[in-house]
Amino acid sequence: MHIIENGNVAAAMGIRLCRATVIAAYPITPQTPLTEKLSEYIDSGQMKAEYIPVESEHSAMAVCIAAASAGARVSTATSANGLLYMHEQVQWASGARLPIVMCVVNRAVGAPWNIWNDQQDSISQRDTGWMQLYCADHQQIIDTVIKAYWIAEKSSIPVMVCYDGYILSHTYMPFELPDQDKVDLFLPPFRPDYALSTTEPANLNTVTLPDTRVDVHGELAHGYMEIRYLLQEDLRNSLGIIAQAQERFSDIFGRGADPYLEPYLCEDARYVALGMGSLTYQLRVCVDALRAEGIKVGVMGLRVYRPFPDEALAAALKGKKGVIVFEKALSYGYEGALASDLKAALYEWLAGTGALPRVRGFIAGIGGRDIRTAELTSTLREAILDKTPAGPSWIGLNL
Amino acid sequence: MGTRNYRRKTSHSESGPGDGGRTGSWRVERPVVDRSICIPARRGKEACFICWLFCPEIVVSRTIPPTIDLEYCKGCGICAEECPTKAITMVDEASFADEDKE
Repeated sequence: MHIIENGNVAAAMGIRLCRATVIAAYPITPQTPLTEKLSEYIDSGQMKAEYIPVESEHSAMAVCIAAASAGARVSTATSANGLLYMHEQVQWASGARLPIVMCVVNRAVGAPWNIWNDQQDSISQRDTGWMQLYCADHQQIIDTVIKAYWIAEKSSIPVMVCYDGYILSHTYMPFELPDQDKVDLFLPPFRPDYALSTTEPANLNTVTLPDTRVDVHGELAHGYMEIRYLLQEDLRNSLGIIAQAQERFSDIFGRGADPYLEPYLCEDARYVALGMGSLTYQLRVCVDALRAEGIKVGVMGLRVYRPFPDEALAAALKGKKGVIVFEKALSYGYEGALASDLKAALYEWLAGTGALPRVRGFIAGIGGRDIRTAELTSTLREAILDKTPAGPSWIGLNL
Repeated sequence: MGTRNYRRKTSHSESGPGDGGRTGSWRVERPVVDRSICIPARRGKEACFICWLFCPEIVVSRTIPPTIDLEYCKGCGICAEECPTKAITMVDEASFADEDKE
């Protein structure tokens, strides 16, 4: 069934279809309507779940951790400073290997206060051991939520489903609402290896020494470092799980193609614009304009930021003359984090092959600064023609 | 042999001695019981057991006389503090160095 709804409702519908049983969230703009919708579903009986009101995002994640440890399928959502406030528990959730799915409705972080969209909030959580999936439209939001639960539960790693505040969260768009029967087929009930139980009591994640230890059964158990290594190893291996999820999803729902990348006119392109989220669809308009001028350029949307699909990305960009990265966030003191990650991946896979593209990074839309398509197009054109003027590579800056 | 095949990928401990590691190595001072003034030891029957009750690590036995599992005793000194007859003294671990070598 096709419906027209906003992005937050698409996310809420996805969470409902996944039969999450515990929701704990604290409202923050622009995530609030998502939380309200879930609360409404539960109150009206459309969703059989416990809604646990909390006084902060830190507590929201603490509740999710406890509920997931007890074997519940849980969800929360947040934005900006709410996510930053949650940060300590965010790291805990991944270290505890709990398959929590959290929507991050991307918004600029303070100071100064700003409620508009950029992606500094989720990018600042890059190193927390969570997966990060980015959506470019409402169909991707609802589909990604559903896939995220399967991926999270298969890998025992939590997942952030990130989508741009307002641009996606508050705009209305048509999308296909998946059938409940198909979602049930895709996503079986959550059966963790261990769930808190009075008959098998256990202490979870208490002080774990630097060294390995012999447990009560006489087996050699991990020290802290082994547990952390396994998180990294499983995160790297989850690239395969993400691909499996896409394959299963395509079989059942008939939608979706490449699990990591969303190319547009990239095949014959000499230059590729790379980005994440709704910006990649705006870049298609720029690419169409430049193609009309005879410039062979395409757009690559990156759907999966962590785990970083370095090999797939390098293979897709191999032999291109240039890659122009557009980001709504940066690692302050250096450059956009995606540009850095991309350069590391290209160097690793293509250095010395003669097929290493040049990389140029631009920062755009910080704190909701309008990204005008004409300006984006001229920036892309100038970067391709190597005519970018010296100075800040921030688009739309008025200094 | 490492922990590659361990059945869990998380930190998961069950009730039992040693599941938090060999915490006895953390000890700076060792509790030493003077049996001549320890109530259950002196009377030869179940009595007092304040040390057993207060020990946060459950390393004091509820026996006559009470014994302390030094493999896991962290040396916090709560037993010595609570003992009504001052039968428990905290002694510097360094003074046991020669003894432990033997």
